[in-house]
Amino acid sequence: MTRKPFILRNPSILVVLAVLAAFTLVVTALSAAYGNGVIPTSTVKVLGKTLCLALAAVAMDLVWGYLGILSLGQMAFFALGGYLIGQWLMYARTEGIVAASLAQNPIPPTAQELQEGVANQIFGVVGSADLPLVWSFAHSLPLQLLLVVAVPGLLALVFGWLAFRSRVNGVYLSILTQAMTLALALWLFQNDSGFRGNNGLSGLQNIPGLDAVDQATLSVWFLWASALALALAYVLAAWVVSGKFGSVVRAIRDDETRVRFLGYPVEGFKLAVFTLAAMITAIAGALYYPQAGIINPAELMPIASIYLAVWVAIGGRGRLYGAIIGAVVVSLLSSWFTGGRAPAIRLPGYTVNWVDWWQVALGISFVLVTLFAPKGIAGLFDWLAGALPPQRHGRDLGPDQGALQEGEAKA
Amino acid sequence: MSALLEVDSISVSFDGFRAINNLSFNIGEAELRAVIGPNGAGKTTFMDIVTGKTRPDKGDVKFGTPSKSLLKMNEAQIAREGVGRKFQRPTVFEDQTVAENLTMALKAGRNPFAVLGWRPSKASVARVADLAAEVGLAAQVARKAGELSHGQKQWLEIGMLLAQEPRLLLVDEPAAGMTLAEREQTTALLVRLAETRAVVVVEHDMDFVRRLNCKVTVLHQGSVLAEGSLDHVTRNPDVIEVYLGR
Repeated sequence: MTRKPFILRNPSILVVLAVLAAFTLVVTALSAAYGNGVIPTSTVKVLGKTLCLALAAVAMDLVWGYLGILSLGQMAFFALGGYLIGQWLMYARTEGIVAASLAQNPIPPTAQELQEGVANQIFGVVGSADLPLVWSFAHSLPLQLLLVVAVPGLLALVFGWLAFRSRVNGVYLSILTQAMTLALALWLFQNDSGFRGNNGLSGLQNIPGLDAVDQATLSVWFLWASALALALAYVLAAWVVSGKFGSVVRAIRDDETRVRFLGYPVEGFKLAVFTLAAMITAIAGALYYPQAGIINPAELMPIASIYLAVWVAIGGRGRLYGAIIGAVVVSLLSSWFTGGRAPAIRLPGYTVNWVDWWQVALGISFVLVTLFAPKGIAGLFDWLAGALPPQRHGRDLGPDQGALQEGEAKA
Repeated sequence: MSALLEVDSISVSFDGFRAINNLSFNIGEAELRAVIGPNGAGKTTFMDIVTGKTRPDKGDVKFGTPSKSLLKMNEAQIAREGVGRKFQRPTVFEDQTVAENLTMALKAGRNPFAVLGWRPSKASVARVADLAAEVGLAAQVARKAGELSHGQKQWLEIGMLLAQEPRLLLVDEPAAGMTLAEREQTTALLVRLAETRAVVVVEHDMDFVRRLNCKVTVLHQGSVLAEGSLDHVTRNPDVIEVYLGR
């Protein structure tokens, strides 16, 4: 049997890739490093970070929009990825500085002295001079890159196995994921957890070995890397949710029990998707924090993961491009409104200051989207394509909490 | 004839209420059996136990040749052993097309990696088309299951069960909500299916059971009250007392 190539069966992939490529080219051409400098370096960084958030949103959509698990702990994996890459960035850079200063001594430093010097520099701020066990691999970029995927993947695997096998579902599972990220944050806040407590890791924008490259150039390189990661992850995610695997995953979302009676090991499917999403999210985090420059445990607080869910809901869950649109539009709007540059609205007797009122506006639009446009911004594309099927109102398509409403599942 | 399914003196209670009380039940390789009984007789609980949804407090359930105990398996494993179940309310995946529903049910590897690597073949596409034709949905394969009528959903679910190729089919009130013509079709299908596999039909409707023309098991208060042909059991004074007399 001849089948059209995968990409041709999913034209939305081509559109997303084309838009992403065009965006990257335009930003590059307008950047300070490779173009005329219309876009300042700080904005290039914001755009690069936004692509990472979009990547995390794609993973969130896999877990929520397709598998039906409203995970409110996704940003734990994101921050873990950031911490793990941050360990190498900080260690290698500090090592360079310490080695340079020790080189002035008449006797060349031993490896032992070098490591003590590095530990002193990094952990002096939390009153310690020993390198914690969790930094054992921080000297090696390949090992630390491996950990970026392995640690969040393993955490998702263990957490998921415990939660899914006891058949925790719906709201209870959401609360459990929230508890996971909160527990991790509280642990990281402690000074003796080995991650510098509430100081977090800093100076991550300086890439060891690339001292000669200025931030303007680095920011464009990271934009390229983020765009490439987003493109690859998008194709991977689209491939996973197409075909029979995607069929089973959506079936689990709508009626888990029925899928069991078809003979599918539901827990195995949930674990596979949850773990894959955690690893994608971790890669997003590992690309995000070198652009942000700093990471601290506040990044793991549940509110961050709730924002991620809001982006996906507004963009349109169950559509991978919806997740990207939601993350890009809402996070860019958020930074514009909270950046103090949005003009305030002067009403008689009161001035609406967007820095204060943006959260309220976002909350209201989330409620409105949930009520009136359950397919989010992505639903606009269906409307434009004229692909609106007859209105069917009413009940859930499946008995589970994550099941789509009939109204959401159109076309 | 060796039994395909052997249910050996199982009991189960919910909060002190004995839903199943020392129930034993056998069915052969290619046999059609109707299970009747008043509300609360334990018909659905019996199905729940066989399919792994409920664990009995005591007793054993053996299935297949060589026979294996089903009690240590979960629902998915039991389904893979070859026990299919048709629910009372049609449960199909309404957000997906008829073809997707049938493809999911096709007998094939069930673990996530096997499913990820699965690609449609000529044979699988033809099989889905055959199944759709068999249950009268040939014209609907590309439609979403949610757009089908109630009767069509029932048929789709039966088609999915056929795709699973189970050795034992448990059918819960198949005639509920069907028109007369659909009932006749369903009867014919069940009789035909029972030629190659065991089929257990739980039903309220006496006319429907009569048309199945098979051995009947009457349940009452969680145990077997009578067994035999429909005429035989309807003459049984105990059965008349608890079920038909009212």
